[in-house]
Formats: sequence, structure tokens, C-alpha cells
Amino acid sequence: MSKWNEEFFIEKGLLLTAISSVIVIALIIIFIFREGLPALQSVGFFSFLFGMEWAPSNGQYGIFPMIIGSLGITALSLLMAVPLGVFCAIFLSEIAPSKIRKILNPTIQTLAGIPSVVYGFFGLVLLVPFMRVQFGGTGFSMFTASVILTVMILPIIVSVSEDALRSIPVEYKEASLALGATHWQTIKNVIFPAAIPGIITSVILGMGRAIGETLAIIMVAGNVVQIPGSIMDPVRALTSNIAIEMGYATGVHYNALFATGIVLVFMIIVLLVIANYFHYKKKVTIGGGYL
Amino acid sequence: MYRFIPPKIAQKIMTGVFWASGLLTILILLVIIGYVLLKGLPVVNFEFIFADPVNSGRSGGIFPFIMSSIYVTLIAVLVATPLGVGAAVYLSEYAGENRLVKLIRFGAETLSSIPSIVFGLFGLAFFVIYMGLGWSVLSGGLTLALMALPTILSASEVSIESINKSYAEGSLALGATKWQTIYKVVIPAALPGITTGVILGMGRAIAEAAAVLYTVGAALMIPTSIMDAARPLPLHLYILATEGLSMDNAWGTAAVLVIMILIITVVTNTLVDRYRKKMMGR
Amino acid sequence: MEYRIEVENLNVHFDELHILKDVSLKIPKNAVTSLIGPSGCGKSTFIRTLNRMNDMISTFKMDGTVLLDGKDIYDPKVDVVDLRKKVGMVFQKPNPFPKSIFDNVAYGLRVHGINDKDILEQKVEESLKSAALWDEVKNILDKSAMGLSGGQQQRLCIARTIAVEPEVILMDEPCSALDPISTTKIEDLIHKLKNDFTIIIVTHNMQQATRVSKHTAFFLHGEIVESGLTEKIFIEPEDKRTEDYITGRFG
Repeated sequence: MSKWNEEFFIEKGLLLTAISSVIVIALIIIFIFREGLPALQSVGFFSFLFGMEWAPSNGQYGIFPMIIGSLGITALSLLMAVPLGVFCAIFLSEIAPSKIRKILNPTIQTLAGIPSVVYGFFGLVLLVPFMRVQFGGTGFSMFTASVILTVMILPIIVSVSEDALRSIPVEYKEASLALGATHWQTIKNVIFPAAIPGIITSVILGMGRAIGETLAIIMVAGNVVQIPGSIMDPVRALTSNIAIEMGYATGVHYNALFATGIVLVFMIIVLLVIANYFHYKKKVTIGGGYL
Repeated sequence: MYRFIPPKIAQKIMTGVFWASGLLTILILLVIIGYVLLKGLPVVNFEFIFADPVNSGRSGGIFPFIMSSIYVTLIAVLVATPLGVGAAVYLSEYAGENRLVKLIRFGAETLSSIPSIVFGLFGLAFFVIYMGLGWSVLSGGLTLALMALPTILSASEVSIESINKSYAEGSLALGATKWQTIYKVVIPAALPGITTGVILGMGRAIAEAAAVLYTVGAALMIPTSIMDAARPLPLHLYILATEGLSMDNAWGTAAVLVIMILIITVVTNTLVDRYRKKMMGR
Repeated sequence: MEYRIEVENLNVHFDELHILKDVSLKIPKNAVTSLIGPSGCGKSTFIRTLNRMNDMISTFKMDGTVLLDGKDIYDPKVDVVDLRKKVGMVFQKPNPFPKSIFDNVAYGLRVHGINDKDILEQKVEESLKSAALWDEVKNILDKSAMGLSGGQQQRLCIARTIAVEPEVILMDEPCSALDPISTTKIEDLIHKLKNDFTIIIVTHNMQQATRVSKHTAFFLHGEIVESGLTEKIFIEPEDKRTEDYITGRFG
């Protein structure tokens, strides 16, 4: 085979590997829809999304309480993880001496690598009894799940925010300090605002991880299908619903679990589109300016 | 701005707050890892690692589960590495900026954000049922390969792009073809970065339970072929904990998992460190 | 002559590198002093020592004394923030914040606790006028500073520095990223400002040194070879090395 031919086939071969991600995504969407759509058709789109009752044995498939459960757990964990994560990122990029950085960076990597079932198990054995003693009830609750999730999404918020903070040109910082601003004033008024698009991206990525987390939440959230009256009530997340019931689901029930998957994929894609928007803005507003 | 708190006092307060948040993060890790190891290590011994489970895992060892983890992870990496590295080479060396490339990037990005339980659903519908692979090491491994793919792709792409373009130009100027240049110059230079990506993908596959929940089965035996059902470690931990079979063995399994992750973190950090030093010419 | 800054036996190290060697220099009040010399001779390090900007670098070590109005600025009791209020700095590359033109100039004032809108508006206008930028930007004060040309950005940075009313303005090659017309405008501005401020300017451009400054110091390999009146340095230098440099024989 001539050199030219060989090059041609190699390029096409590589192209094939490159589009494999697209093919996989397409297949995932096709198969989830293929299995999920029958449920949406037989239950009805709106009664599926906004139905309050989930009782497969009675043929009732409403996932609204679980949408609320997923969003509630996610919001609560962001409420805790975002301040801690962003402060930790600022600490890493601006304040920590290099020795501390050398400890903290692998710490965050390890936190990101620990399997979610280990977090769930830790929560089940330690956090749930602790909550039971402190706040009463069973200890399984939306709040317990958010505490575990906070630790799980902390690494992604810290690492992406730190990246964003580090990418701010040092000239901004110098200019502010040279005007007699304190370091904190410089962080608050110059560095942080310039890094906001990246920080928002980190929050969205954390949100994506929180919405998608499954087993750790199953182990601590209580999994009761209900709209929680307080953060101490047990809830069930969309992901948990799939994992708990897929083992014995047949017929419409089986399809309804796939339809739950459709809702999850849709949520994630919305988040990605938002993240892309901020990524784009980041390129426009930062970094230009010289001459 | 500060009308009530003088700037210098604000500076002191906030420095304290930043230190506190950094130290709190370290503390969280220490508590979790420390506790898991404290409870789990006494259980972990030669027998625990190399013996078969007794009575559905209530006692005995975890050897079949370790082997299951190794098998599914191996399949995942074997499938995802060529795809990921090939895609990275294409994106960084061949593709311009066009619609197709944007689509590929969006695909990879989406793939890395899809919840693992959705991968599990897909694995069940596609590999297990549609392809007829059943609950097996192969179905689980392929599902995990899809999850590891974006990790390997992005790490490889970053490391290939960081290779100085003049290397490649030097090779092309000597009359080497583009592919020879990539194969002999670009990929070897990017190898440490690619390896890091593969190990990170491996870490993702080893830690995953939700994606294999309905694709790999839950067998108690060592799988003898890729068509056998299996039970990777995280899944075993999940079953032990949720069915309340044995807390001791659950702690032991958790400790083994945590040690694996620690090893992976140390190895990738060492690799990245060495790579950086090499790039700096030391 | 009255001196604003007196530097005695200043030594600066970054790790093992000895950047400034036993440098002594007196900077006269309300006049322009140029620091010239080839790249890497330590001029920039020197002026960054005068507002303690080098404190940001962890490997920085110094000994010797730097007096501002007779007071040691490296005294442990000295507050760096107060010092930098008195010693302003304009950088090599124009570095406006990604904020509006108004907010850029108001930044330093706000940081120092001035929040009254009328005072801010008045000070911003004054500063922009002093920096010869007012006419060009008075109608676009709320637009982003990133939209200005390089020369306008640099004058904005000067306005921002003037706004906090420093005694000394350090300029680290302020024209090196600018075109000739913008450079002329900045030089005119320096002439105007010298009555109110003590200005120290680092420059690569020897014509610029002769045009803007009354005093000049020549740096080479971290030492001051010669310093004094600009005219004298350029017309009858005492040291052979100075002569070689200004006649373009090296550097």
C-alpha cells in the first residue's frame, strides 16, 4: 500500500475513534428513549412528570416527589459545598504556603477518587446514627444525604474554581495591591469577580455530579417517595428510584424506570448547555485588553 | 465596600476564614480515611484477601470480588484506551475547528457528565439484553469502558497538545509522514500524560458500582470467562451494607477500596511530577 | 536638595541569585528620575523594592535600608498597605481591571473607604483630567476599560494611580508596550505630573530618559555604575561602561 493510502486510512481510522463518543451518546439516548417512551405514552407525559403518586403495583407512575427530592438534596449540598469549596479554592490559589498546598492538592484528589459506595457506607454507619441522636427521627433524611454529597462534590468545586482563580492574570493582582488595597480587598474586588465564570462552571459541574449520584444517596436518604416537609424528612432521588426498583421491575414499571433516566439525561444536558454558555463568556471577557 | 469593618481587620478575619476552610477539607479526608482504615484494617489480612466468601459474604474473604474488579477494569481500560487516545490524536493533530469537532467535544463532555446509573440503564438495555451478552464481566466491563472513555480522552488530548509543535516539525522536515511523526515522536513524548489519563480512567472504573449494578450480576464465584457473572468490590460493599450481611466484612472491603484509591492517587501524582520535571528539562 | 527616597546598601536575593548588589541611591523630591540599563540589570527589581511589591515573591530576601521621607519602609512596624498608598505604581503592560473606566479610577478610592458618590465622581474627573484622558472618555465612563486602546489604557492606569494621591509614582517601562504616538502622550503627561509627584521611571529607551528626567541612574549587573544629573550622564559620563552603554556599544 502506498504511503498516501496508508495515511488516508489512518486518518479515517482515527476519525472513527473520535466520533465514538458521539456514537455512544447517540446510542445511550436512543436506547433510553426506546425503553422509556412506552411508559411516557401509557402514563402520559404530564402525569408522569407531575404525578404525586409512585405506586407501580397500582399502575401509578408519578415522579414529581423524586424530582423534588433530587433537586432538594442537590440544592442543600450546593449550599454547603459552594462556600466551603470556593473558600478552599481561594485558600489554595492565593493564601496557602506551598507546603500546605502540597498536602491539600492530593487530599482533594483522594476525596474525588473515593468510591461513592464508601461515602454511602460511611454515612450509613456513622452519620445516620449521629443524625438520629441529634435530631430525632430515623436519621435517614434529605439533610443526611446532602452532607455526604457535600463531601463528594467538594473536590470538583475546589479544583475547577482553583483553576479559574489561577488563570486570572497576575497583573490585576499587582495593580490592586499597588493601589494600597489589602489582599482580601484584592481577592474580593478583582480576582474573584474576574473568576466568576469559571466558578459558576465549577458549581454547575458539582450540581451535575450531585444530581447523578446514586448509591451513596440510597444508603442515607431513606428513599421514601414523598415531598419532604422539612430537610429532616426522608426523600427519594430520581437516581435512587432506578437503582432500587430495576432489580424486579417488569412491563410498564421497567419502562417507567427508563423514563426516569430520560428525565435525568435531560437535566444533565440542560446543565451542560448552561456551562458551555459561561465557558464561552469567560473567553470573551477575560484575557483580552492589551493593545 | 467596608463601611463598618476596617480593611485591615477584615483582612485578618478573612485570612482566618480561608485557613479554616482549607484545614477543614483536610480534616474531612482524614476523618473519613482514618475511620475506614481504623475499622477496616483489622479485618484485612492474607486470608480476607485470598479466601472465598462464606455464607454469601457474611464471613470469609473477598478474593472473587477482587478478581471481578480486576477483570471488569481491565476490559474497560483495554476498550477505552485505544478509543480515547485515537480520538485525542485526531482532535489535536488532524481536526481543525469545525462543526464535527465541536460535536465530538460536546459528545465527550456529555459522556463525562451522564450519571452512572444512566450508564447502568444503557448497559442493561444495550449490552445485556439487546446484544444478548447477559449479566457478565463483558457487559459490565464495556459499560465501564464508556465511563472511562472521556477521562482518557481529555487527559490524552491535554498532554498531546502540550507537546512542543517543533518536535513534530523537526520530524516532518526529515521526510517522515504525519502518522510516522505522531507514532514515533508525538505519542512517546505524550506517554506519561496518556498513562496518567489511563490510570485515572481505571480509578473511575474500579470505584464504580451503580453502572455495574444491573450489568454484571452479583455472583459469588471467581469468573472463569468474560461471559460469567461477577461482583466487583464496590458492588459487594453495597450489597453487604444495604442487606446488613456483615459490618466487619463491609469495613474490610471499604478499606481495600480506599487503599486502592490511595495507591492510584500516589502513582498518578508521581507520574505527573516526573513528567513535569522532564518537561522542565531537569 | 531634598530627597524623598534614600536607599542605602541594598542587596536583593531571589533564592541563590544575587540580583541587586550594594545599591545606594537618593531620589530627589518632585522630580523625575530615570533608571536605565540593559535587560536583567535589576532596574525593575529595584523599583519593586520601593513599594515592597517583591514581598509577593516567596524567594525574595533583602538587606540594607530603604527610607521614604526618612522612615525605613522595611521596618516590621510599617504597614505595607499604607506604604503602597503613598508609593503608587504603573506597570509595563497596561493592566486595567476588567471593570468600567469609572470603576477603575474609583477602585483605589473605594478601597480606602471613600464611598460618597459625589466625591468619587469629582475625584475620578480630576484624576482623568490630570492623566490627560478626560476628554477622550468623559462620555463612556461606564464602558469597559478593556475597550480602550493600549495608550488610553496606560493613561487610565496612571489616572487610577493618581486618584489615591500618592507621593511617589513608580513607572516600570510604562511605554514599552505602546506605539510612538501614545508614548509621546505619556511623556507629556510625565512632564505635567513632575511638579506634584516624585516620579521614578524605568526605561529601555535612552532618548526617553533624556526627554523626561532630570536625574538618571545607570544599572549594570545589579549595581549602580553611575548616577546624577541626566545631562551629565549623557554628555560626559565618568565611567567607561556608562559611555559604552549610552553610545550603544552593548546592551
